[in-house]
Amino acid sequence: MNKATASNLTAPDAAISQPDRATILPLRAENVSFDAGGKRLVDSLTFTLDDRLRTFILGSNGAGKSLTLRLCHGLLLPSTGRVVWEGAARGEDPLKRQAMVFQRPVLLRRTVAQNIDYALKQHGIHRRERPGIIDDVLGRTGLTRFAKSPARHLSGGEQQKLALARAWATRPQVLFLDEPTASLDPAATHAVENIIDTMHAEGTRIIMTTHDLAQAKRHADEVMFIYGGRLMEKTPAEEFFNTPRSGEAAAFLNGELRW
Amino acid sequence: MTDITQAFVTALQLLITFDSSLVEIVTLSMQVSLSAVALAVLIGLPLGAALALFKFPGRNGLVVFLNALMGLPPVVVGLVVYLVLSRAGPLGVLGLLFTPMAMIIAQTILVTPIVAALTRQVVADLWVEYSEQLRSLGATPASAIPALLYDARFTLVTAVLAGFGRASAEVGAVMIVGGNIDHVTRTMTTAIALEVSKGDLALALGLGIVLISLSLAINAATYSVKQRAEAAWA
Repeated sequence: MNKATASNLTAPDAAISQPDRATILPLRAENVSFDAGGKRLVDSLTFTLDDRLRTFILGSNGAGKSLTLRLCHGLLLPSTGRVVWEGAARGEDPLKRQAMVFQRPVLLRRTVAQNIDYALKQHGIHRRERPGIIDDVLGRTGLTRFAKSPARHLSGGEQQKLALARAWATRPQVLFLDEPTASLDPAATHAVENIIDTMHAEGTRIIMTTHDLAQAKRHADEVMFIYGGRLMEKTPAEEFFNTPRSGEAAAFLNGELRW
Repeated sequence: MTDITQAFVTALQLLITFDSSLVEIVTLSMQVSLSAVALAVLIGLPLGAALALFKFPGRNGLVVFLNALMGLPPVVVGLVVYLVLSRAGPLGVLGLLFTPMAMIIAQTILVTPIVAALTRQVVADLWVEYSEQLRSLGATPASAIPALLYDARFTLVTAVLAGFGRASAEVGAVMIVGGNIDHVTRTMTTAIALEVSKGDLALALGLGIVLISLSLAINAATYSVKQRAEAAWA
């Protein structure tokens, strides 16, 4: 992680502090499967994610990476099995402690600041508290000068930064990212990675997918490798890239993907 | 041919001199149709959005029914409203028959299905694009409705214009429930029908020109505002 840049992004008197509440983690997936069109697309996933690490989900196209993220985040319901947020208090909606950034962000046809305001409103943040939080995340993501611009007029990289700012504003304990830099140029990719690292440094758990192996090597603490809808291994990143446990992962890393 | 030329000349004279009976008829027509469209928007936008987002048994049947209602024959709507509002009808005590209010009610019934059906389609399409993001932000289908309607605002303008076209052009419903009473319930379309049957083509043509011009002006104004706003917000 690029510590210098990360600290530049962090304002000392930030309105957003570390997520200091009791955490909803660990996340436990128990035998989670997902079927669509008579096919089993995600097959019997069982894993636990607890520490505030950066977990990268790797695998080829169609392996089930995005589905896994959506199942964990609750956007899809498992066909069998269940996803449990073990730390969530009784009556607490774990979704409110999570955020997700998609490959192509959906921005509302409003200004940049209003997009963040909408997310805060959905999270029940009082009207009076919102402007401070909005200014803060816009500053942290370098979007302050665009605050009043229509969100859809931003460039691709800026749109993704706004999606991150919008997620950041809600102080998620867990951030899911589905190939957030897949359609960005190197400079925008770098900026987005820095924002993700800063959020992680402040205590947000990162769970993301990518096709960019170099990116995974730079930022992952842990890798979950998925092949054909099955979790082949969940390995510390360094070990995964040096000595993958599964043959499928070794083939994937060598670029000799088996279909 | 000279009849038509003569009619055009007379029509233009009426327009240029701002003929008072013409102005009265035009004003009432606009009041009735715009009120009906406003009511239809209030009912149709949330109704259409709800049909797009909520899943319940019989939804598909309801959607088909709503789409079919877009083709409701105005005379039939007029007849039903007439029966309901007439002395012996269930709402006869209100004494609304042959008043502008009766015409607004009839036109609202004609326009609401158009606004609701088109809204449903627009919002359903938008929900495909927005659903995951909005749900991720913590929105439920019910709480997403205002945001979806707001983001669909440029497309929905067309739905509202379609509704206005329906209201301003129809003659059957307002004729039956309004009665085409001079100075009370005479609109452009009912007056045209009357003047043609009387043989006063000039007034009929003048009214026709005004009706089409107003429709064009409203559509042109709306379109240019929409274009500019859409360019600004993408």
